[in-house]
Amino acid sequence: MTAIDESPATKLTVQEQEWVDRFMDDTTLFLGPDPEIMRDHSIAPRSDLEEIVLAEGVDRMQVERIRKRIAGALDEGYEMCEAQGAAPGAKWGDLTTAIYTAAGDVAYLSCHGVIAFSAILHHPIRYINKYWKNEPTVGVNPGDGFIHNDARFGNVHNTDQSMIMPIMRDGEIIAWVAATIHEGENGACEPGGMPSGSETPFDDGLRMSPFKIVEAGHLRRDLLTFLQHSVRDPKLQLADLKVKITAVRKIMERIDKVIDEVGVDTFVGALRTTVEDVDVEVRRRIGELPDGTYRFDQFMDSTLKENILIKIACKVTVKGDSMVVDLRGTGPEILNRAINSPLCSVKSMMMQAILAFWWPDLPRCTSAMSCIEIISDEGTWADASYDAPMGQSLQASFRGFSAFQALYSRMSFSTPHKYSNVVANWYNQINTFLWGGITQHGDMVGNLCADLNGMPGGAKPFRDGEDAVSPLFCAMADTAEQEVMEEEVPFMQLVSKRLVRDNMGFGKFNGGMGYEMIVAAEGTAQWGFMTVTSGSKFSSIYGMYGGYGCGAYPLAMVKGTNVYEHIRQDNKKFDLSIEKVMNERPFEDGRYMTYHMGLQFDIAKDGELYMISQGAGGGYGDPLERLPESVVKDAELGRITQHVAESIFAVRYDPEELPARCRGHAAGPSGGPPGALAAGQAVRRVLRRVRHHGAAEGPSLLRVVG
Amino acid sequence: MRVPMTEYLVIDLDTERWTCRVCSQDIGDAHDSYKKGTLVYDRDPREIHQPIIDPNRYEYTFSPDPTYCRILEYYCPGCGTQIETDYLPPGHPPTIDMLIDVAALRAQWEKSGLDAEEVFNYGPGDDAQKYTAHHKATGHIR
Repeated sequence: MTAIDESPATKLTVQEQEWVDRFMDDTTLFLGPDPEIMRDHSIAPRSDLEEIVLAEGVDRMQVERIRKRIAGALDEGYEMCEAQGAAPGAKWGDLTTAIYTAAGDVAYLSCHGVIAFSAILHHPIRYINKYWKNEPTVGVNPGDGFIHNDARFGNVHNTDQSMIMPIMRDGEIIAWVAATIHEGENGACEPGGMPSGSETPFDDGLRMSPFKIVEAGHLRRDLLTFLQHSVRDPKLQLADLKVKITAVRKIMERIDKVIDEVGVDTFVGALRTTVEDVDVEVRRRIGELPDGTYRFDQFMDSTLKENILIKIACKVTVKGDSMVVDLRGTGPEILNRAINSPLCSVKSMMMQAILAFWWPDLPRCTSAMSCIEIISDEGTWADASYDAPMGQSLQASFRGFSAFQALYSRMSFSTPHKYSNVVANWYNQINTFLWGGITQHGDMVGNLCADLNGMPGGAKPFRDGEDAVSPLFCAMADTAEQEVMEEEVPFMQLVSKRLVRDNMGFGKFNGGMGYEMIVAAEGTAQWGFMTVTSGSKFSSIYGMYGGYGCGAYPLAMVKGTNVYEHIRQDNKKFDLSIEKVMNERPFEDGRYMTYHMGLQFDIAKDGELYMISQGAGGGYGDPLERLPESVVKDAELGRITQHVAESIFAVRYDPEELPARCRGHAAGPSGGPPGALAAGQAVRRVLRRVRHHGAAEGPSLLRVVG
Repeated sequence: MRVPMTEYLVIDLDTERWTCRVCSQDIGDAHDSYKKGTLVYDRDPREIHQPIIDPNRYEYTFSPDPTYCRILEYYCPGCGTQIETDYLPPGHPPTIDMLIDVAALRAQWEKSGLDAEEVFNYGPGDDAQKYTAHHKATGHIR
């Protein structure tokens, strides 16, 4: 039983309060994330130097020249990381280089890479400034470098590791440069850095608050050794630390030349001008949106261990040039499951939506979200507390992206000047295989397949979404060469990048399609796979303006058989797809099963099949407005079945004459005589009304093409 | 003036009513949710996202589970156009996705001096202009 002292608090004198404060400062047990830093996503006030420089006025042309040179330096650093990085994530472009003001505001990000980092790395830099800069045992000096990954101190998630280095002149920090790479393996309870099975924060692997690992230009071997012993892939840990240090130094070398040419004041003024310009422009753009309240609620169906339903709420209120985002109503954190996210990570994905889908023309600055107020209750799964596991925090943070993407279409639909296209929801799950174990070369590794980058795009109001085009968090990320990977890991993708029929968000314009992956390991002492996503019972993205969202995605497995042996005996059995394998069951000795997409690390015996599919982009508009010839073309290409053509699009065709019919329709824009389309739509709407009243669907109500 | 607010809805600033962009059917008070004026169908999601693997053998089939997820389809009562869809747990009320400050909307457009329907567009880019122009010419988009 806990005894509660209910005696009235004694009021302390000023002197007594000072003693208490000094005692607490002198006897701090340990430093955690600072709420003052972590709850704040706004730009810092001007420093004294920035105030003086900007008061004197800046040469706009000079600022623009400096921006261009910084952009070039950052892109060079980015390419170095991509070309030299050992992590699979680095090879696919899941990284960023950036320059920050002295206070930590992102002033510019590399053109490629993960934009979300522009909403996140000011947190660790402010932490370094506040706690380490004047700490006698740490300090910040030229040539120093800080490493960091713990999302509770500001990160997208714990797989990402940053190298942060100061630019100093005369003992003062005037800017920071950092490189951040999705490293993957981090010593978590499961390989790959994003454990779906973590049940405490201690299962999440390395939790690096910002600390100095490079001192006066030298990588500290003692700390490096500690890190290498904390992860499954010590070679990766070393190699990419070197890569990030080298890239940051190269960027700093370029920037040093700029500073030497223009002087410290002009350089500092240019960074701050960029940050403030974006802040002013964002307020102006919010002012263009119609005042009102916009809401987008999402539902998630999994803790990644069991099926549940949990909500993430998002209400945006626009009034004049102010925008308030209210996340209250979001479900509670779950203290023994991996889906929780710190608020900063959710905000970073909101920033991803702002800078990639709202205003992609803006420089990528902290200030792009600075003036937007965000209200959230700590202790929810999108604003998790210090003690919550966060191994698969993307479950919450990516829904922050989806909310912002969907809501902007509503907010901006009427505006005469748009900065990006109206677009339905992007797929928002990282449907891919994480893997780990002993390779054919005897190395212990843990990481993931690049297929998470094959997210399908949402439909636009004038064209279908693109199939498996890019992840929502990185427009230029690559799905990589699987064959190259197979030289390093003991499994093959027996089926890779094969589109799954009917897997799209249906609409007047369809969302992009996703592809399936079938993997099987062989010739390894130990190997395993895992999957870390939701959306097996409840669609994870929704359609727009009458379009439909994506379906629900299973993990399918065939255990107890070695498929490679079957294929060696009869290579005709190699014609695989999830549909074919699971429905036809070609391997007589196999056990066929499905599972939700939250598979904890599962030991794979030789030749056992693991099968998943990418999701689909959201559809746009009423499917009954889709042009009949587009429906028939989809059928001809095998993208949809005849059943979907009839039941979703109300288009009937003769499959025997499919190619001929398609050629015929290509002759005219509407695929028939003038008026045919309108008549068709009328019939299809009758079908819709009949559906509404629950009457049986008669074949006579279907549109017959041709 | 009519201001396009979604693909299928305008707000008529003269009447302060939601109106269908397809058939001009009156939908309801523009100060309130448009969904109150629509026909609504509670759709079993398996009818839309149909199983790809055998539902008699497997629990997870590519179809959402109807005990977890329903699709509310909102139709214009005049022409049957599917204006919007909601993916919601069974029994969950329709979401109120937009509540517009009509007075502020009017002031915004009066200040601009523009006709909202004339200047409406889907955004920048060569492909947007090309496809939009093509579909407008054929009457496929408004």
